[in-house]
Amino acid sequence: LTKVLEILIQGVLLGGLYTLFALGQSLMFGVMRLTNTAQGDFIVLAAFAAIAGLMLLGTGSGAIVGVALALLPVAFGFGYVLQRTALNGTLGRDPLPSLVVTFGMAIVIQNLLLQLFSADPRSIDIGAFATRAIALGGGLSVGALPVLILVIAVAATAALQWLFSATALGRAFRAVSDDSEVAGLMGLNARHVYALATGIAFVLIALAGVLQGMRTTVSPADGPLLLLFAFEAVIIGGMGSFWGTLAGAMILGIAQQIGFRFDPGWGIWFGHLVFLAVLLMRPQGLFPKTRG
Amino acid sequence: MMHTTMAPSSFSVQRASPAGRAALVVAVLLVVLAASVPWWGESAWMREFVEIACYFIFAMMWNLLAGYGGMVSIGQQAFFGLGGYVMLMLGNLGGVNPFIAIPLAALAAGLVALPVSWIAFRLQGGYFAIGTWVIAEVFRLSFANISAVGGGSGTTLTALRGIERATRESVTYWMALACVVAAMALVYVFLRSKQGLALLAIRDNEVAAQSQGIAVQRTKRAVYMVAAFGAGLAGALYFVGNLRISPDAAFSVNWTAFAIFMVVIGGIGRIEGPIVGALIFWLLNKFFSDYGTWYLLGLGLLAIVTTIFFKQGLWGYAQTRWGWALFPTQRVLRIHAA
Repeated sequence: LTKVLEILIQGVLLGGLYTLFALGQSLMFGVMRLTNTAQGDFIVLAAFAAIAGLMLLGTGSGAIVGVALALLPVAFGFGYVLQRTALNGTLGRDPLPSLVVTFGMAIVIQNLLLQLFSADPRSIDIGAFATRAIALGGGLSVGALPVLILVIAVAATAALQWLFSATALGRAFRAVSDDSEVAGLMGLNARHVYALATGIAFVLIALAGVLQGMRTTVSPADGPLLLLFAFEAVIIGGMGSFWGTLAGAMILGIAQQIGFRFDPGWGIWFGHLVFLAVLLMRPQGLFPKTRG
Repeated sequence: MMHTTMAPSSFSVQRASPAGRAALVVAVLLVVLAASVPWWGESAWMREFVEIACYFIFAMMWNLLAGYGGMVSIGQQAFFGLGGYVMLMLGNLGGVNPFIAIPLAALAAGLVALPVSWIAFRLQGGYFAIGTWVIAEVFRLSFANISAVGGGSGTTLTALRGIERATRESVTYWMALACVVAAMALVYVFLRSKQGLALLAIRDNEVAAQSQGIAVQRTKRAVYMVAAFGAGLAGALYFVGNLRISPDAAFSVNWTAFAIFMVVIGGIGRIEGPIVGALIFWLLNKFFSDYGTWYLLGLGLLAIVTTIFFKQGLWGYAQTRWGWALFPTQRVLRIHAA
């Protein structure tokens, strides 16, 4: 029983990280039906941006927190400008342009990072905090960092849900999502609203990248795998609900932990299979809010 | 059919173009010339042709799927790799001649596409694209766990060992040439058929097509299977030429990335597109591939710029500007004054 409990706890903690991978994807798809195939590569890019920042500033705990916090507004601006300049022009009924453009960006980012940082995996050194553990009793213990990541993930989900349901900006997001033309008639500038959504998505991407870099390692070729995890979490959870995305990420995390337990090579494979099973039996996801 | 009471003016449906007829003649001559290469050409040329032929066939099938079927997939490497592995297993384990195994492997890929479509078709648009990628990853990880074909590190095609090198290279080359011609003919004939017309209607408006009595799901599934067949053909051919297979090489997303590049540069949704795209890709590859990461970075940038500023690609530009059509698939209605 302790084993089962341990798998569940590890799975949920892993799910916390996957939630952060997935929230940006969920937000961008929800607001403008844009599938960002470079999601994972932007996460890796953010991690490398933090690593580069720390190379300049040294590695005190103050520097780490400073770089991480400085990265968030930069990411927002980056996302806003990216949407305004490149991505808005690709939106439309045909999914091809946005897919090709983001896929092209993925290739550009991967090769740029490979050129600048080589293929070696790197991580953000956070000293003793990386190995600190919290004892839960009964012989179980959890890492302090994964718990922190889970708390951030739950907080981010709650904040995003609140933003969507209780603020004027959230109302604008929902309006352009339902019908951007009518929203335009009501005085909303859809291009600006889309860019704000992408900006927020990129804040989440930056957060995910920094935490991924702290928890494990990042290398330039990691992006596609992170994208697939993010995507699976969104689909398992069901579209249009951020809590659904969180639940989907947890399920994926637990599924992978179960797979890892049988054979280290099977964890990701088993996660994929669980995703395909959900897709086959409940294509709308487990906790859908909207359709389509 | 709807009948109107207006005076009937005579009309005809034009399906061929002068450029198209000329292109056919030139194509036949080129194929005859190409078929004689083993007698006077160098073996390096033949190897290069086999490789680019695989890229081209794969891109052609991706164009059929995305440009005509409206199904943008990032997972066609699933069928490319499957074609390669089925060919290898038939050859190494089943004792089938690998050259005969090529079409059989393509057929297997086409058949496997049916159950795959039951899962993949649950998703639409951008999510279909990433969903097919997940499926390709499942294929890759599954083959990495089959020890009979070497697991994660792959294996070698031993079935061709008894055959002399020159013979092997010539036959591989002819196979590649035949596959290119067959793949082009397959796509061309399919698009000119009634199903092809239905497919174009679905791409332009799925709901309207359905309301006209087109079996949307069945047509899309048929296209998905044909595209998988073609991708499997390219994969089987590639690994007969390459002799060595591994899951990472066979199921690499780069196959689809290069196909997207070729189709987008050449012009999506037109048969000439992948031809132009493959030629450009071949030239770029020849001159710049030594630059490694910068080369790939440039390809990515070129795809982005083309998609944003030249949505029609190179051939699309030529077609709208000068009305070129080497492989006319459209029906042009000519109304003659009564």
